[in-house]
Order: sequence, then C-alpha cells, then structure tokens
Amino acid sequence: MRDGVVVKGVRFRDHKIVGGIEELALRYRDAGADELVFYDITASPDGRRVERAWVERVARLLDIPFCVAGGIRSVADAEAVLGAGAEKVSVNSPALADPELISRLSERFGAQCVVVGIDSQTVPGPDGPRYEVHQYTGDPSRSRATPRATLDWVRQVQALGAGEIVLNCMASDGVRNGYDLPQLIAVRAECRVPLIASGGAGTPAHFLDVFQDAQVDGALAASVFHLGTIEIPDLKQYLRAAGIEVRP
Amino acid sequence: MSSLVIVDNGGGNVASVRYALERLGVEAALSADPAVVRAARRVILPGVGAAADAMQRLRASGLDRLIPTLTQPVLGICLGMQLLFQSSAEGDTQCLGILAGRAERFPDRAGLPVPHMGWNQLAPQRSSPLLAGIEAGEYAYFVHSYALPPSPDAIALCDYGQPFTAIVSRGNFHGAQCHPERSGSTGARLLANFLALDA
Repeated sequence: MRDGVVVKGVRFRDHKIVGGIEELALRYRDAGADELVFYDITASPDGRRVERAWVERVARLLDIPFCVAGGIRSVADAEAVLGAGAEKVSVNSPALADPELISRLSERFGAQCVVVGIDSQTVPGPDGPRYEVHQYTGDPSRSRATPRATLDWVRQVQALGAGEIVLNCMASDGVRNGYDLPQLIAVRAECRVPLIASGGAGTPAHFLDVFQDAQVDGALAASVFHLGTIEIPDLKQYLRAAGIEVRP
Repeated sequence: MSSLVIVDNGGGNVASVRYALERLGVEAALSADPAVVRAARRVILPGVGAAADAMQRLRASGLDRLIPTLTQPVLGICLGMQLLFQSSAEGDTQCLGILAGRAERFPDRAGLPVPHMGWNQLAPQRSSPLLAGIEAGEYAYFVHSYALPPSPDAIALCDYGQPFTAIVSRGNFHGAQCHPERSGSTGARLLANFLALDA
C-alpha cells in the first residue's frame, strides 16, 4: 500500500495502483483468503509510521486474520496497530537496524504476534547461489543489500523471538515464474517457526510445488490475485484435489 | 449495566473481539473494573500474550478473585481460555483454577512448527448449545504455542500432532482456543451461540 491505495510492483519496482484497501479486503475475504498481509511499502523508507485509521477500518470488516507490515519501529507502534485490531505485526527494515526490537515485541505481545519479513536476494556464485538480506526495498531508490546472509538472519530472528517468517524472494517477485524453491528449501531447513513463501506465484501449480517441495506453512501471493489470473476458490479446489489440506 | 463486557486485560485481540461482536449487532463494553464485570450479563475474557503477564494483570485488578465466582456465561478466548484452567507451563503460572488441567507447550517436532498458527479443523465431542450449527470438520483459526490436553470438559478437539482442547464448556464457563473473532463464518456462529446462551 502507498498513499491509501493498494499497489503492486514487479521485482519491487514500477508499482501500479490495484484498488482501494477496504474494497480489496472485502473481495479477498469473500473469495476465501485465509489471511491478508498489508504492506505499507513506503513507511520505512520515508521514516513514517503506519497510520492507524485504516487498520481499524479493515479490522471492523474482516473476519479472517490480518497482519500489518511497514514502519513498526517500537513496542508503541506495534501496540497501536494490534490495538486497532490487527492480529500480527511484521517487521523488516526496522528489525535489521535494531534486532532487539524482535525480542521486545515478542516479550510484550507473544511470539505469535511477531512476524519477521525478510527480503532476500539470490546472488549467483561459483559454489552455487548465496542469499543476502536487503533493506528498504519499498523504495527502489533506497533499496540496498545488507551484509547479512539470509540463512544467518533466519536463525537469529528465531532466537530473538520471531513467531513467523515471511520470506520474500526478490528475484522471483512479481514475475510469476514460480516460487524460489531452492531458496525456500534452504530456509525451511533452518526455520522451526511457521514459514510463509512470498514472491513468484503465477499458476496454481506453483502453489502446489511450494507446499510439496519446500514444506512451507503458507503461500503468499499478490499479483495473481490482484490481476485476477488466479481465483482463490479455484486455487483451493486445485490444491485440495492434489492432497494439500486447505480450508474450503 | 452492560449486557456484555470484554475484560480489558491488556491483550492484543480486544479490538478484534469487539468488532466481531459489532458485526453480530452487539455493542460490548471494555472494562477491568470488577464491579462492572460482575454486573454484566455476559463476560468475555480475551487474551493474546503471555500467561504470567495476563495473570498478573488480573491480580492487580482483583479480577482473579472475582472471575471464578461469576454465574453469568463467561467465554475465554485463546489465552483467556487457558487462564480458566488450573495452571500453565508458560512461565509456570497458576491460573484461575475454574477448570481442571494444565496448558503445556507443543513439543518441538519436525514438520509441526510452534506456534501452531493457521486454520485447523474442529472435531465436536458432544452436542452443546455453543456448537449449534457447527459441523465436524469446519475450520477455525488458531494461534498458540500452549494447549490443553483433551478432558471431559472439552466439547470440541483439534489435532496438531496431538489432540488438544479446541472448545471447552463446563457450567457457565466456556472457552475457545481458536479465535472465533477471526474464524470466518464458523467463528461468528460460535460467538452468536455464546450470545444466545441463557443469561
């Protein structure tokens, strides 16, 4: 989300307007989405905090869980968002700047409220790819690599009290060629809390692959749903027929 | 006198419980005042957070002594349900002692991440007004690391590597380990059933 509307980019760039926040929240609720994640993508790069008013409006509408990400830098920020009715907060750039933030949030609200989002880029190398954590990805002009290796950060955030990890695979984001299975398999091996795959879904088969091959607990997608290329009820029916347990 | 009071125990899901009740046409009051809670026709004890912290808040307001004496319908949600029992392994906490049992942490097992987070199926154990219209196999939303083992008071179980209490009912005390406020139409039904109990 940016400036009060929902936007979607390709590989974290060239964001286009998709629709209004409440309109999309209702559409996905009615379609059978199991959880919604709202990313305020410019909150961290701008040094802004997530505004509370829309969180409350969404919380009044939704009868499914939702998570708010972007600009949560303190226990007080999280308290405002959770107090407005969100189930979870997701921290990304602020946690990279201040890893202890994860512990403070976890101690105050419980690990189940604390999602750590990781924007991870694949870097090809002679010994196979390595994965590095990026920061401030919501703004192409400020997005940058950090010295952190993704797998180290995955281990560290769990030790600090993260209750869930959303792995945004940057190379596959928005291009709809499938989730980054090798990276997700590598992260799954290090991740004992729920792991949500993000970035790359283009077909129902991509969802099946990521559940079967990477054993993730959830698959997050934006483009295919925003553009209507995959309808959630059809996707769920497909996954159920393939033996994946999903809520009807 | 408010017809429905949500115990304001500093937990994170107070707002979402209140909104879920609003969607059912019920305005709930929020209070941590024992006199207000005692006078309510129905009481909801929500809870997201840690057991020790939540019990400390109840003790600070005197609600730890009041709640076990309530005679109107009481519904504990998630941690609020666990607090109705004797104790929790989370912080080795003495709870309200209304129901028999101890919340234990899910064991660390491959393929079953803790917290247990997500939609899972309800298995009703016996008929109850609280479960009216809820079929076996309906999905509810769970977020928790600790759980109560099955007991005679459990009216619905769920399974996450092991069976655990999903919904409990004994006399006027009821509890849901799942989050009815975020469990779609199934959760709305559960809340509506609670609102329809004789008070």
